[in-house]
Amino acid sequence: MSIFSHLGKYYILMAQAFAKPDKFKVVWKRVIDEMEAIGVGSIPIVAILSIFMGAVTLLQMAYNFSSPLVPDYTEGLATRDTMILEFAPTIISLILAGKVGSSIAGNLGTMKVTEQIDALEIMGVNPQSYLIMPKMVAALCVFPFIVIVSIFLGTMGGYLASLLTGVVSIDKYVYGIRYDFEPFYITYALVKAEFFAMIITSVSAYQGFITSGGPKEVGDSITRAVVYSCIIILLFDLILTQLLLTA
Amino acid sequence: MIEIKGISKSFENKDVLTNIDLNLERGKVNMIIGKSGAGKSVLLKCLVGLFDIDSGHILYDGRPFSDMGYQKKKEIRKEIGMLFQGSALFDSKTVLENVMFPLTIFSEKSQEEIKERALFCLRRVKIEEQANNLFPAEISGGMKKRVAIARAIALQPRYLFCDEPNSGLDPQTSIVIDNLIKEITLEFDITTVVISHDMNSVMEISDFISFIHQGQKWWEGSRDDILTSENKEVVDFVYASNFMKAVRESFKKK
Repeated sequence: MSIFSHLGKYYILMAQAFAKPDKFKVVWKRVIDEMEAIGVGSIPIVAILSIFMGAVTLLQMAYNFSSPLVPDYTEGLATRDTMILEFAPTIISLILAGKVGSSIAGNLGTMKVTEQIDALEIMGVNPQSYLIMPKMVAALCVFPFIVIVSIFLGTMGGYLASLLTGVVSIDKYVYGIRYDFEPFYITYALVKAEFFAMIITSVSAYQGFITSGGPKEVGDSITRAVVYSCIIILLFDLILTQLLLTA
Repeated sequence: MIEIKGISKSFENKDVLTNIDLNLERGKVNMIIGKSGAGKSVLLKCLVGLFDIDSGHILYDGRPFSDMGYQKKKEIRKEIGMLFQGSALFDSKTVLENVMFPLTIFSEKSQEEIKERALFCLRRVKIEEQANNLFPAEISGGMKKRVAIARAIALQPRYLFCDEPNSGLDPQTSIVIDNLIKEITLEFDITTVVISHDMNSVMEISDFISFIHQGQKWWEGSRDDILTSENKEVVDFVYASNFMKAVRESFKKK
């Protein structure tokens, strides 16, 4: 299939996913379940990664900014801005493309090859709306919170690193993370989070839905879902940065 | 009654079904038999609308199903129950939740009434109450089929489709499933269509048999007709085993 054929099928799938659901109450319950699976289920890995990313960033900044010409609060400031601008929205989304994307593609791919999606269709249920829409709505709701948590824990990671290693004094680190704060950076991070949430869920759902065959093909769909999600996230990272920060 | 009028279906210029005419009557078990790759499953998927047909018409009690748009088809689909070859139970839901699912989506009844109806359907297919909270992965193949039948009849369908209901089952469980399909057909007066390779099923429960060969309807008739048929392809298919050859000989002697 050509890329245009895939794009056409992807847009048709998205249109079907956002068609009027059969019963709002049922869909709402599924959105809550998905928010728990995508949001609450991702917090441990996000927490671990964010703390370590913040800590390592501070150590690297301290190592690179050892010149007396650079103000000693720069390490804290740079750690904060790196977490807000790139690490929390983009790197965490890449990680979630692996965790959430593989789960969505695997789940839907298995349902496809075991005829569970056909069973929904024959019952008169719109399978796209019932299965995909709650995942996308849930991801759009929880991704901004995950990014906020990641930013907070990343800066805390830097704090821990300065406390444990002493490469930067605690006072200077706290001064640095409060210095010259630009609120728009948070908006930028949240806009990226929403785009990436959409990319991960829709690309993975599409890969799951086009699966045909057996367990091997489900595995292939999972791989494609993760790889394509990561590539598209990086592409959109570039586009959104150009549009929001430099335009 | 389901009327199939001259339907054809091809995939990438390969004809899979060619000009098939069939009348599948209400209150009867209509069997569609044929070799692997003959086009039976494609025919079934065309009947339920999973595949769009290239030409011809499919009518459900006079309603032109194949010519309808998505929303109108959805209304007819609510009257369809289907038993898939692999059961197709939702693996994230328990046995009871699987049967409650179509009722939760389409019924305006209270949760209590929905549960009551689901329990009735499960009792009807002889699923013990202890199994209600188990997940599909925790029950046997035969039980899965019975739960799938319970789910298929939950919304009191007018049409029941079964895709190889006995595949992967032992002979004893196959008979249980066959009898269940026959009983439900008579009890609820529904149009039942069964795709099968299993000659035991054909001889046990069929009221009307269609033999599909190379994508065409090759032969049709009753159980007695098939035993006396002289059609070469039908004879080769039905009497492939020595056991069936012996049955044919004894039938001829009578």
